[in-house]
Amino acid sequence: MSVCLVVDDSRVVRKVARRILEELGFVCEEAEDGQLAYEFCSKNMPDAILLDWNMPVMSGIEFLEKLRSMPSGQSPKVVFCTTENDMAHIQRAITAGANEYIMKPFDTEIIKSKFIQIGLIED
Amino acid sequence: MKVADFELYKSLLYDKSGLVITPDKSYLLDSRLTPIAKKWNYPTLDMMTLQLRAIPDPKLVKDIVEAMTTNETSFFRDTKPFTLFQETILPHMIQTRANKKSVRIWCAACSSGQEPYSLAMILKDKEAQLKGWRFEIVATDLSEEILAQAKKGIYSQFEVQRGLPIQYLMKHFTQVGETWALKDDIKSMIKFSTFNLLEDMSRMGTFDIIFCRNVLIYFDEKTKGGILARMDKQLTSDGFLLLGGAETVLGITDKFVPMPDKRGLYIKNPALQPSAPPPTSSGGFTSGLFKRT
Ligand SMILES: C[S@@+](CC[C@H](N)C(=O)[O-])C[C@H]1O[C@@H](n2cnc3c(N)ncnc32)[C@H](O)[C@@H]1O
Repeated sequence: MSVCLVVDDSRVVRKVARRILEELGFVCEEAEDGQLAYEFCSKNMPDAILLDWNMPVMSGIEFLEKLRSMPSGQSPKVVFCTTENDMAHIQRAITAGANEYIMKPFDTEIIKSKFIQIGLIED
Repeated sequence: MKVADFELYKSLLYDKSGLVITPDKSYLLDSRLTPIAKKWNYPTLDMMTLQLRAIPDPKLVKDIVEAMTTNETSFFRDTKPFTLFQETILPHMIQTRANKKSVRIWCAACSSGQEPYSLAMILKDKEAQLKGWRFEIVATDLSEEILAQAKKGIYSQFEVQRGLPIQYLMKHFTQVGETWALKDDIKSMIKFSTFNLLEDMSRMGTFDIIFCRNVLIYFDEKTKGGILARMDKQLTSDGFLLLGGAETVLGITDKFVPMPDKRGLYIKNPALQPSAPPPTSSGGFTSGLFKRT
């Protein structure tokens, strides 16, 4: 089973995301900020990461930049999932190595459609 | 809603759009037509029904028919048909149309435009490779209201996240407040116009590819058969027809046959072609593109 790490400082968002991801067949792990996500990845590289932007300690974009320079940090598919919804943020995320980008609010339909596009799940 | 009123709307909708409405969906009439009654300043839906029965105003009839259409759609809906278009149909057309260098595509029930725009974006990205080629995309729908929306090419944040890869959003849209607007070079690739599938299709001209997706499901077999038979006449002999995931030609018409292993893709029935069997040198299915894998 594929593992998806949900990185978000909101417990509510993590809970909602977990429910959707488990429905889609993922084993779900959670981290509250970029630093904790980084520590998780150094031990166990997940298959997918759903990543918030604004978080205390370490932001999503900082985490992504660090992740992509880790030894096997190229392998997880990273999907941003944030309230930042302008082109500048999207471009910055994709340039830093994000595979997809979700603008909050999200629902099952959106997560599913984005995960299908980057080949994380079958249609 | 009273049975007699239900029957009135049922036959009106069937005549004007082909829509089949069953008694268990009569609540849909109430919920979608009450706003129309309001728009037309009738105190109640019953009053509007009364007027409709006595002297039906064609504009009111049009509003009713449009209100009862389902416009559900999304960019790259179901993914597969668009992959087929890009990876199978296009390369094939490039071989078979090498002399003409022109391809006509028809989206026959385009709703708010996501389907034709998805095709346009695929073609735009292949621009360099398709230099000198002319692609015409004709997109039609019965509903003027939904077509007006399609022409604008402005979508909500929710709509641009259903099926649309982020790279396409970055490349082909500009952000306007809370919405996303398609760029003019994509918009200018589509010709939108109203067209009712129940009508004679000859004025549409002939097409190489017809997308007729997620609209036949609303019709009965007779209507489906009629539409497919008329479409057959508008499709070039080696053209392609694409239907929605829940639609088929099987048991409805023998004008088309499904492509093995290519779900949703249909070609003209070779047994009915005047020059059967199909050509072997100038393309056709023997070019190897459609071999079973
Ligand atoms: C569910 S949408 C399908 C949109 C798109 N083809 C897709 O697959 O996503 C169905 C569309 O068919 C249109 N429609 C219904 N009856 C029609 C008719 N008789 N002639 C033309 N369009 C019709 C509706 O207005 C609606 O926009």
